[in-house]
Amino acid sequence: MGEVRIGVYICHCGKNIGGVINPSRVAEFASKLPNVVVARDYMYMCSSPGQMLIEEDIKRHNLNRVIVAACSPRMHEPTFQGVLKKAGLNPWLLEMVNIREHVTWVHEDVPDKAEEKAKELVYAAVMRAQHLYEITIHRLPVVKSALVIGGGIAGIRAALDLANAGIKVYLVEKKQSIGGKMAQLDKTFPTLDCSKCILTPLMVDVARHPNITIYAYSEVVDVSGSAGDFKVKVRLKPTYVDWSKCTGCGYCTERCPARAPREFDEGLGTRKAIYFDFPQAVPRRPVIDPKYCLWFTKGICRACEKLCPVGAIDFNQKDRYIELNVGAIIVATGYELYDMTKLREYGYGKYKNVITGLQLERLSDADGPTKGKIVRLSDGKEPETVAIVLCAGSRDEKHVRYCCRFGCAAAIKHIYYVKHSVPEAKVFVLYTDIRAFGKGYEEFYQRLRGMDDVYFIRGRPAEIFEAKDGSLIFDVFDSNTGQLLSIKADLVVLESAVVPPKDWESLRRMLKISCDPGGFALELHPKLRPFETTADGIFLAGAIQGPKDIPDTVAHAAAAAAAAIGFLSKGEVESTPYLAVVNEDLCSGCGLCASVCPFDAIEIKEEGGRRIAKVNVIRCKGCGACAATCPSGAMQQNYFTDTQIVSEVSALAGGAK
Amino acid sequence: MGERFEPRIVVFACNWCSYAGIDLAGVSRIKYPHNVRIVKVMCSGRVHPEMVLKALVDGADGVLITGCHPGDCHYISGNYKTMRRYLLLRKLLRQLGLEERVRLEWISASEGDRWAKVATDFVEHIRRLGPLRLKEVMSAE
Repeated sequence: MGEVRIGVYICHCGKNIGGVINPSRVAEFASKLPNVVVARDYMYMCSSPGQMLIEEDIKRHNLNRVIVAACSPRMHEPTFQGVLKKAGLNPWLLEMVNIREHVTWVHEDVPDKAEEKAKELVYAAVMRAQHLYEITIHRLPVVKSALVIGGGIAGIRAALDLANAGIKVYLVEKKQSIGGKMAQLDKTFPTLDCSKCILTPLMVDVARHPNITIYAYSEVVDVSGSAGDFKVKVRLKPTYVDWSKCTGCGYCTERCPARAPREFDEGLGTRKAIYFDFPQAVPRRPVIDPKYCLWFTKGICRACEKLCPVGAIDFNQKDRYIELNVGAIIVATGYELYDMTKLREYGYGKYKNVITGLQLERLSDADGPTKGKIVRLSDGKEPETVAIVLCAGSRDEKHVRYCCRFGCAAAIKHIYYVKHSVPEAKVFVLYTDIRAFGKGYEEFYQRLRGMDDVYFIRGRPAEIFEAKDGSLIFDVFDSNTGQLLSIKADLVVLESAVVPPKDWESLRRMLKISCDPGGFALELHPKLRPFETTADGIFLAGAIQGPKDIPDTVAHAAAAAAAAIGFLSKGEVESTPYLAVVNEDLCSGCGLCASVCPFDAIEIKEEGGRRIAKVNVIRCKGCGACAATCPSGAMQQNYFTDTQIVSEVSALAGGAK
Repeated sequence: MGERFEPRIVVFACNWCSYAGIDLAGVSRIKYPHNVRIVKVMCSGRVHPEMVLKALVDGADGVLITGCHPGDCHYISGNYKTMRRYLLLRKLLRQLGLEERVRLEWISASEGDRWAKVATDFVEHIRRLGPLRLKEVMSAE
């Protein structure tokens, strides 16, 4: 490339950088460094005039290296790479220096030291930039299909959007039916829509869509490959019913004599050993639960087999595995409720009349264990007094620190359930704060709060005790009025905290995506890229990214689908710029690089009578493990060669002269 | 006693977890000592032991290697490789009396506060140890 000609640009970022250090002094310092042809400072380097400034300089001064000292490269590296590209330079001749996140935002109390640090970082970048070179990006075709993991409202919405855009979708759901938590709800806030009435048409759309294949009662067991070309292994759990023969008539489920606790009712009601999750199940194909089936437990019965008009029962079914090839993956595995038995002072699991909000949904639902009547579980009597406890486990250092984001609105809705079922009942709402933030939530809150015999108490209950008649007694300090109240309630409803699903951790590791302190999937950026992950081609939909109510979940899922559609319709993926590259003259073919490669991207091949390492540009993800292992320096990593890193390290260790 | 000793510390940070965590400390305006200088690598598994030694020889008083928590590596197993290399490197450093100068820490992308604590602790630790002066020693011969 001949002579190195560097341009250095120091951004003020308004007062973010310029309010702490003097960017002109840093630019002046930079102008004297080796091979620096031009050095400038500017108010907003990322603005159009800022970008134009660089572009013109590249042309005027014939620059072949550009250093921008500004915010984190995680923010604007692509912006400035675009400037280089526009000016006809290879974008990897850009070097960014992070003087905002790493300097002025954290050292504003010591501005002199901050400026010194900024200068040193610029110096190291100049030393490193001497060794930058052009990088070629390889382009590869993408498989135009997507996997959606989880068939709740998030997965349903994402699958439909993808399918409508002409993309083949595989929807994997671990339960018998898609529908998720939303199917278990009786009504939705703040409109009081019947939850299933708005959900089930979408479920039917999914089932009928020519571009969607549902794998219910299945789970993802292995993910390999990479963005644009994932290989996914799915386990189809044995249902003991041949779904290809079954017509969903339901005769078997009516006649089965064995009963089991019904998961769909949160353990309150019962179902048969051969069952659908709920009447509107999609797919409408039953499964046999071997834990309760009389044939599996006692070797008798087989009534379903005898009665099935199409001979679909198959007691010998085993696990089956299928392999899918998809370009993108949408993770929509949703949430679970925090285990309420951990809140021992509330006596959940010990006292029959202490239930969760989701159990109240089941009591209120016509398909629930009480056919929609809200009663005390101990004796089936109508409750005269109901206490609704918010933040049960949420916003609590001992349990879950974050807010569940739907407990408040759900509690307000639950007032309605109680008052609708038992109009004369007294309702106490024990809250920490009422966060009625969504559209129409505040109005909903005001409407329900104004009802007769509804009392809002700002405080959490102390220990709950059970009276002989099954009612519950507790004290609560109302911090609004400064009074200690003693309450006797027939039913206590806990608006539970929300956590990621139990089996999420293993899936997360298969997908190689990070998690936040609560265990939820970590998004690429909390504000700007909340539905993407650090793994290319893997997107997040709904509560697996963090607790969400239905409107937010649907918006999030649609956004994830749009991002996936964008990714898939580009038609090709680009190889990582940070590829491993071999200097074949130095390579001895020892194979150490291949042994440390986590992606199986390096092969040792015979060529011209000797062994040489060859890198697969599709598989290489650019970690650089091979380069760190190579004993002869033959294996290098683009943009992070030994020379590039060492020149930076050396400059930082020695300080700017 | 003259001025307070301000150690010079080189930090290797992986792009996906630690660099993002360090950025988060910035975004959240969590203060920590200015002495740390960050070198970005895509994965902590890229850090060759010679790079660590080079930093010490060229004037750093301490080196911090940071990566994703075990099990969280963006490249599946890079941080395990880092850990194994680090343990071997420590054996060598022990012989040279430099064991206390190098540390490996896991910082996730959401741990801006933890990064600030790790940086503060390490700077104080190196400050107590005093300057390394390996560069002067080496150039004096």
